[in-house]
Amino acid sequence: MLLGALIGALINLNGSGTYIHWGFIQLSVANFVVIILMIVVFVLAILLPFPRRRSRRQ
Amino acid sequence: MTVDTAPTVDASSDGEARQWTARVRHAAESAFPPERLLPDRQPAYMASWIYIFGVLTVTSLAWVIITGCVLALMGPSWWHVSSTGHFFNSLHLWSVEALFFFMVIHLWGKFFMAAWRGKRRLTWITGVVSFVVSIGAAFTGYLSQQNFDSQWISTQAKDGINATGAGAVWNVLNFGQMLMWHIVLLPIGVVLIAGLHVLMVRRRGIVPPFADARHPAPDSTPADGEPGGAP
Repeated sequence: MLLGALIGALINLNGSGTYIHWGFIQLSVANFVVIILMIVVFVLAILLPFPRRRSRRQ
Repeated sequence: MTVDTAPTVDASSDGEARQWTARVRHAAESAFPPERLLPDRQPAYMASWIYIFGVLTVTSLAWVIITGCVLALMGPSWWHVSSTGHFFNSLHLWSVEALFFFMVIHLWGKFFMAAWRGKRRLTWITGVVSFVVSIGAAFTGYLSQQNFDSQWISTQAKDGINATGAGAVWNVLNFGQMLMWHIVLLPIGVVLIAGLHVLMVRRRGIVPPFADARHPAPDSTPADGEPGGAP
């Protein structure tokens, strides 16, 4: 309950959405944020090293 | 004159070769031996975070199916009158959000790897088709919400659908038709095509990186035009 109120307080969802107008392109800020997040995750997935098991030295 | 009353079961290999059940069994055993269907070893180049988005997509799809089945138990209007229904509806929504989030990153990764190399065309095509069918499933999900949002989306979409001519048989204003497409036909399509996609990944293996394509690993399928590959 408290967590929901805290998260809900961050962004006011009780109203019409905010849209970005760029020429003929029109998309909501929410979709824009998701696209940016996907690009960030994609880049991190390529750059971050994957954990490997340490080889045992004999 | 004698009459042969012995059973006429033909157990010879020639007789077996004519049976479609035997032919299908032999083809399946050849294409998917157990060690290929459930492998315990993968090539070293798979040790990268970019390779996890396929299985994340499949996991999200499993959650979409599970939460959708729970919603189907109580009906499409349950989430309007019950906090439990609202909870499962939110799980269903966010599972779909995760599904498309991971599927698009999976698509980007495979596109830049040119993952159709090495006789993997069918793997790529089934992925593309499952992506398109899942968009249709998500769209009919929006139409099944039973609220003003679904009314708005359906009335906006009908002009586009009618412009294609498909509106004659696929009426987005028909809630019953859209609900049946959403919970029966399109999920069956997505699961079947995604299942075929996963089987093709098992059949051909994951695509090697470009640098290793000139010197393929022993357990990888050579790319088209490479030594051992298709011309």
